[in-house]
Amino acid sequence: MSEVLPYRRPVAGSQPESLCPAYASTVKRSPGQPLILLPQSLSEITGPVFGHDRVRESDADLTRQHAGEPLGERIIVTGRVLDEDGSPVRECLLEVWQANAAGRYLHQRDTHAAPLDPNFTGTGRTMTDADGNYRFLTIRPGAYPWRNHPNAWRPAHMHFSLFGQAFATRLVTQMYFPGDPLLPFDPIYNSVPDDTARLRMVSSFDLALTEPEFALGFRFDIVLRGRIATPMET
Amino acid sequence: MAYFMTPSQTVGPYLHIGLDWLNTTELAPSGVAGERIVLQGRMWDADGQPIPDGLVEIWQANSYGRYAHSADTRALPLEAGFTGFGRTPTDAQGRFRFATIKPGQVPGANGQLQAPHIMVHVFGRGLIKQLVTRVYFPGDAAHALDPVLLQVPAARRDTLIAKPVAGQTGSLEWDIFIGSGGNETVFFAI
Repeated sequence: MSEVLPYRRPVAGSQPESLCPAYASTVKRSPGQPLILLPQSLSEITGPVFGHDRVRESDADLTRQHAGEPLGERIIVTGRVLDEDGSPVRECLLEVWQANAAGRYLHQRDTHAAPLDPNFTGTGRTMTDADGNYRFLTIRPGAYPWRNHPNAWRPAHMHFSLFGQAFATRLVTQMYFPGDPLLPFDPIYNSVPDDTARLRMVSSFDLALTEPEFALGFRFDIVLRGRIATPMET
Repeated sequence: MAYFMTPSQTVGPYLHIGLDWLNTTELAPSGVAGERIVLQGRMWDADGQPIPDGLVEIWQANSYGRYAHSADTRALPLEAGFTGFGRTPTDAQGRFRFATIKPGQVPGANGQLQAPHIMVHVFGRGLIKQLVTRVYFPGDAAHALDPVLLQVPAARRDTLIAKPVAGQTGSLEWDIFIGSGGNETVFFAI
């Protein structure tokens, strides 16, 4: 028998609801019937394991994927991946993707009339180290318009995808920038009901991480689900 | 100090640029034991329109019923070539397809064996957080004792069971219906 130590359920208000009518696409793409609550088994507390061989060191540098340097403001985005007990999540695969400095994605479905940058793909990945640290070098993404409502603009953001140590810890989120004037108007950011929880998606500017004559530093710590205290035998 | 989980946000419409590098639709290289299957289906929205900007990830045990993960400490064989992870975006018609093997049985939360199943995460534009579901295999007597299926109202269990494709041995069809009334796929909170 394997011991199952389940992961905690999210605190009320700390996660968005699937149906969030202000984000129009959720109306036809959210469950109509309540979710069925399951106790966790080995199927939920295990999950895919990725080794360091899956990523190259250069995958974490989004400014060096082409012959020249991308346009825009160079930034360092770094932080730790922790669980809800504050313990580091080691060997955690992070995948990021983002728009370029002009607010354009290198994607065929992005029709925004802003220039592509031949020196910027906007994708990266890395693994956390033994203390849960990760670090990306990139350029600050631009805001861009979308058609959710009249004069709708997404605040500048980076998409983050993390696996953690189990199927149950899988998280896809977005990192925003401090003081972005578009945040109060963005239905995706505001899909999270709790004010404090929303702020967990906003990075902080950190002068100590900023490298003189080179790049601004932003800190973004990411918290994955932690385990409940008491083990259960199965 | 208490920490709380970072909120989920949608993958958005441009998920492919960040996630395609890890697409994995052939899970079981030759030499991996087990019954070969193809799991294919389509993802549908509440209006019955296919979802062309979705992403499906799967997670499963090998044919011996062992997960390739340190939390599964049972003395069952692991296979070097089999991680149990799959990922694919949906195509323009909302289709997805994986070639893999049928997993063995693994214990449930109550210690009772679960029927063979594959764990599924569903992502997409308009999905502010991922949906969690499972696929089971057709005609399996173990369904009657499966602790998860038994928590699902009988009328909805069929949404979790793949159907054989006529004339194609090993091919299974399983669609994901989101928000679509009576035939909506069962989604779980885990």
